[in-house]
Amino acid sequence: MLQDILVTGLVNGGVYALLAIGFSLIFGVARIVNIAHTAFYMLAAYCFYALLVKAQFGFVTAALISVGGVTAVSVLCYRLVIEPVREHEAAVLIATIALALVFQELMLLSFGGHYLGIPSTLEGGVRVLGVSIPYQRMLILAVAAAMLVVVWFVLYRTRMGLAIRATANDLEVANLMGINVHRVAMVTVAISVSLAAVAGVVVAPVFVVDPFMWLAPLVTMLAIVVLGGLGSMKGSLIGAIAIGYIEAITVFALPAGAYLKGAVALAIMVAVLLVRPEGLFGVAFEEER
Amino acid sequence: MYLVRRAWAELKNEVLVLPSRTAVLVWVLALLALPWVYGDAYVLRILTMTCLFAIFAASWDLLAGYTGQVNFGHALYFGAGAYASALLSLRLGITPWATIWAGAAVAAFFGFASGYLVLRLRGSYLSLATLAFPLIALGILFAFPDFSGGELGISGLRRLAMTPLANYYIAALSMLVVVFGLWALGDSKFGIVLHAIRDDEVAARASGINTPRYKLVVFSIAGAAAGFSGALFAHYLRVAGPSTLEVALSFQVVIWSIFGGLATGYGPVAAVFLLYPLTEWLGSFRNFGELRLLAFALIVLVVLLFMPRGLAPWVRDKIEAQCPRCKQRNGAWRRACRLCGAPLKPQVSRSQGLVGHQ
Repeated sequence: MLQDILVTGLVNGGVYALLAIGFSLIFGVARIVNIAHTAFYMLAAYCFYALLVKAQFGFVTAALISVGGVTAVSVLCYRLVIEPVREHEAAVLIATIALALVFQELMLLSFGGHYLGIPSTLEGGVRVLGVSIPYQRMLILAVAAAMLVVVWFVLYRTRMGLAIRATANDLEVANLMGINVHRVAMVTVAISVSLAAVAGVVVAPVFVVDPFMWLAPLVTMLAIVVLGGLGSMKGSLIGAIAIGYIEAITVFALPAGAYLKGAVALAIMVAVLLVRPEGLFGVAFEEER
Repeated sequence: MYLVRRAWAELKNEVLVLPSRTAVLVWVLALLALPWVYGDAYVLRILTMTCLFAIFAASWDLLAGYTGQVNFGHALYFGAGAYASALLSLRLGITPWATIWAGAAVAAFFGFASGYLVLRLRGSYLSLATLAFPLIALGILFAFPDFSGGELGISGLRRLAMTPLANYYIAALSMLVVVFGLWALGDSKFGIVLHAIRDDEVAARASGINTPRYKLVVFSIAGAAAGFSGALFAHYLRVAGPSTLEVALSFQVVIWSIFGGLATGYGPVAAVFLLYPLTEWLGSFRNFGELRLLAFALIVLVVLLFMPRGLAPWVRDKIEAQCPRCKQRNGAWRRACRLCGAPLKPQVSRSQGLVGHQ
């Protein structure tokens, strides 16, 4: 059981990290609470399903097209729906909720509401410490780690990353320094949604795909982001691993744990917020006006 | 006779002079008269639900619109009211007429408790933390299915009244009372303090306002109103299920209220009265039923692009103008303010207009 907890927690934590870091990035740069974030994750999973199972594409081609396509859709949505109402915070909020509903209903219409399974793309597994880990789960972990390294590289070793961090730090000053904040916001949306899309593609063969699969990870992701501190990458990563393990422990160790896993994770988030209102690694903002 | 003349004068001078007040009067009269004109059971059923959700949306507006505590877990209070009233009336056999108030009281307590927990949070942190509360409650309910009925909820509740007509009037009258009560609260001195807390909490505190106390009171009031609607809802549908605590309901109320216009009181109610019957009506077409949520989301998106502040403020700006001198509202067709006589539109001659701003 201990080994199960170790492996499950790490794999789920990796997926959550991909989602939470993207969400955190978009919040930090554009101050958008993007409820539709996990809807893009669902969209990528469906896209992957359609290409791999229906259109019989290869594994790698299908994955690349899904991620690229979903990213393009997200940039389009940002330009058409979010940007025109950017200065009205409340409007942005329900625009993202409405977008998520639109995606959910579109998938419901085109694929139906039943669960879709995707055949495993990698067979076999390895045995570590007496637990057998399927290669599919190893793949999730490897992809998550690779994507995290890529994001770190983009953010901390490129000019664009510098611009993104500057904009997140202070939008007005960044604008005055000649950074095109609109383009930075768009690039951030693209990066963050592509992370969500990668997560959707790698988990699709392990989990089942259905139009409502965006709700559960949405709540967990929000809990992680708040736990780690809004807008903090490090906080999101640590929060994701922590919540991944907390959920795994609840499911394996408590009676009726499957029902309680969300509740326990959220209760821990609330408890942390009571002690540290800005999250574990958040910056205590001066009054934002 | 004097009272009648007095009432007529009040009506003429205070209500009929403004298109928005006239619209509210027409709406109230239509709501009360509808069953006598068109008493179709299906229509009454939809309108009863609309009234209950209108209470719910108005209570969210008091908390999020007026006070700025954008609560993403408002379903907690709705569900608390529904479950508390359902459990009391079913397990202890108390009449629903009494348990509804108990449901509202329990929801007010939940409002107070959740408000206490998030007192130090603000902005997005508060929204995301409050999102968690109904889900924690849902997890606990599912973990004890013997007590809560699990996924199926508690069914077989007694109704408040037997006929659809009586149920409709119960819902409509309680909606009118609660909504006007909340609106009056928002318009009072208390409401001004709430606006101050939303706009700048630090400044409000510096002005000697005990903001935590005000926030707790608002959380309790909004919780009580939402719990009241939840309890009525449970006894109307005769079931209190997990759907009253779902994220979907919390998001629904956010969409309704922002679509209608925040911090107005009337906006969210108007939005519920437009959107809820609309989605039900769309769902009644056989081929279109599956599209109804999609149509709902698309309508919200498109309307938002044109009216980012919400529907009600946009309409109000079209039909009314504010007097530049005394800040009172006037019908848009008037040239001079009805109270102070100042010209409503700046008198710009054609040649000046061509030159531009002076």
